[in-house]
Amino acid sequence: MANKLISQMGLPKSIANIFAARNIITAKDALSLTELELMELLDVGLAEVTNAVTHISEIVSPPYQTVLSLLEQRVQNEYLAGHLPTQLKGLDAALFGGIPFGVVTELVGPAGIGKTQFCLKLALLASLPFTYGGLNGHVIYIDTESKFSSRRMIEIGVNSFPEVFHIEGMAQEMAGRILVLRPASLAEFTESLQQLKVSVLQHQVKLLIVDSMAALISGESGQGHVRQQSLGWHISFLKSLAEFSRIPVVVTNQVRSQSGDEGPQYTFQVQSARDNPECPTSDSHLVAALGIHWAHAVSVRLVFESRSGLRFIKLAKSSTSPPVAFPFNITSAGISLLNDEGMEIKGPEITTIHCQGHVGILNFVNDE
Amino acid sequence: MVHYVFLLGAQSAWDMLHEEKSCKSITTSCSDLDEILGGGINCKEVTEIGGVPGIGKTQMGIQLAINVQIPAQYGGLGGKAVYIDTEGSFMVERALQIAEACIEDLREYDSFLRKDGKPCQINKQPNDFLANIFYFRVCSYTEQIAVVNYLEKFISEHEDVKVVIIDSITFHFRQDFDNMALRTRLLGGMALKLMKLANKFSLAVVLLNQVTTKYSEGSFQLTLALGDSWSHACTNRIILYWNGNERYAYIDKSPSLQSASSPYSVTAKGIRNSVSNCKRVKMM
Repeated sequence: MANKLISQMGLPKSIANIFAARNIITAKDALSLTELELMELLDVGLAEVTNAVTHISEIVSPPYQTVLSLLEQRVQNEYLAGHLPTQLKGLDAALFGGIPFGVVTELVGPAGIGKTQFCLKLALLASLPFTYGGLNGHVIYIDTESKFSSRRMIEIGVNSFPEVFHIEGMAQEMAGRILVLRPASLAEFTESLQQLKVSVLQHQVKLLIVDSMAALISGESGQGHVRQQSLGWHISFLKSLAEFSRIPVVVTNQVRSQSGDEGPQYTFQVQSARDNPECPTSDSHLVAALGIHWAHAVSVRLVFESRSGLRFIKLAKSSTSPPVAFPFNITSAGISLLNDEGMEIKGPEITTIHCQGHVGILNFVNDE
Repeated sequence: MVHYVFLLGAQSAWDMLHEEKSCKSITTSCSDLDEILGGGINCKEVTEIGGVPGIGKTQMGIQLAINVQIPAQYGGLGGKAVYIDTEGSFMVERALQIAEACIEDLREYDSFLRKDGKPCQINKQPNDFLANIFYFRVCSYTEQIAVVNYLEKFISEHEDVKVVIIDSITFHFRQDFDNMALRTRLLGGMALKLMKLANKFSLAVVLLNQVTTKYSEGSFQLTLALGDSWSHACTNRIILYWNGNERYAYIDKSPSLQSASSPYSVTAKGIRNSVSNCKRVKMM
């Protein structure tokens, strides 16, 4: 819509010609100027500019729908409201059915906690035939940290869905549907994302996983503005890819430690904290590697953490559920919840990421 | 009485006072928050609400889109809502949930007033609430500017629209800009148009904003996004934040209200008063 040509909007010929003569070709060109700037540039009166801008705006403005009609569409096309079930009962219930289609879901947590295990399982689930609760589709797995292990994935498959994987040739069929990309640089990653856009629609891709986003962004460009800029592009791209192809996009994020007190606060909070000198300051703690700009963009955030040696999946951001945490462990079949009840969490606990003594992930893998 | 005004287009402060008094506000469904806001989100004003991810900005937006429809006999505006979604974060299922809870509350209010057991008066269904929210999905800053320009015409055709919510004002303006001066000008222009809209149609404009970190006085501080000049654009600025285990709303800027804060909570029914003493801890 933004690139719509002004010459094709049915403006009066006289004014349309003036726009063209001043090289204002698209709606974006015109609306990126204030009315005063347009007056000056086009050398016409305010009334004419206002009329033209009103006309252009009405054409470019997306059509509205009532929320009721949105709801009816969802009911009619179940896939619009679809979810990829994680087959972890408690988590699926909290998420109204699983990882939602059409939005970006983030997994964040310390190294070795089980994010990749979770991703491997999701990849399998999306490729599984409908009859077994899967999405019967292709999966694109962007593995930036070289952590993807086919052997481990098949192992999870064999142990989670023995009835499928014991069928002759099924393991090959399932694994064949999962396409792994290993971009070596941010530029390569960006390029493969752009190519993805087309293939997602053409090839029945039902899930996109990026494991991890942080590795590329923090590895490559330095601090500050450049990094924010490139991250901005990736955020927009992944969000719109998810939305327009109606697939779940799952992205992992690393953690980094931040020293000092509770991290940034608002000015008015800092002032009140100064008035209250007894405010305790904690030691260094973990925060998500990609900052607050990124955090705004994800629709669902799952924090993987460990407290006193016990691992938890924490649903830290979701518009369907209050924040809840589920203890889990990792078995040969992947992640399994210790109970499906979950416990509600409040306040700063929701956003903190604990890392207290989880050790030796996947010991059992080597016990063959 | 209306005072004689010798300057065309002007209005005397006395008349304005009357108008301000008759001006309605939209309840947030959290009476503590309504109280510090002087009744709720005011019509004829542009109110910015910002906060960290997951604090409940979108929840607040959806709640207001429902609450603006509370009928006049229940102290509401009986209006309709325009919801401009720039991030794709609007949840239809959640809107339905909040509408159901709102009807439930109105019924309760009914039975409270009518002890004689007459049947409830409220005959609205959740779907009626959803049908009165006009939803625009905006995918670029150009479209965002276009919708805001188009709203004047749209609302003159749908005069009972009493709230315009933009969720969020920030998203597209944060991604695609190298030229910060241009961004500031465009945002400024948009704010002026929204202000005009609020006045012309006596409606409330609610802009949701993200937060960013800013380096000042030797440390990183949280602040609402879009920079300093934007912070002048809105009538009121409300910051949602965590205070210990509770969600709080803080009035950061307002020409008529005292700076104050109040707790609130996000429940299955929507935004409500904070009930910190009634914990629902299930385990451990």
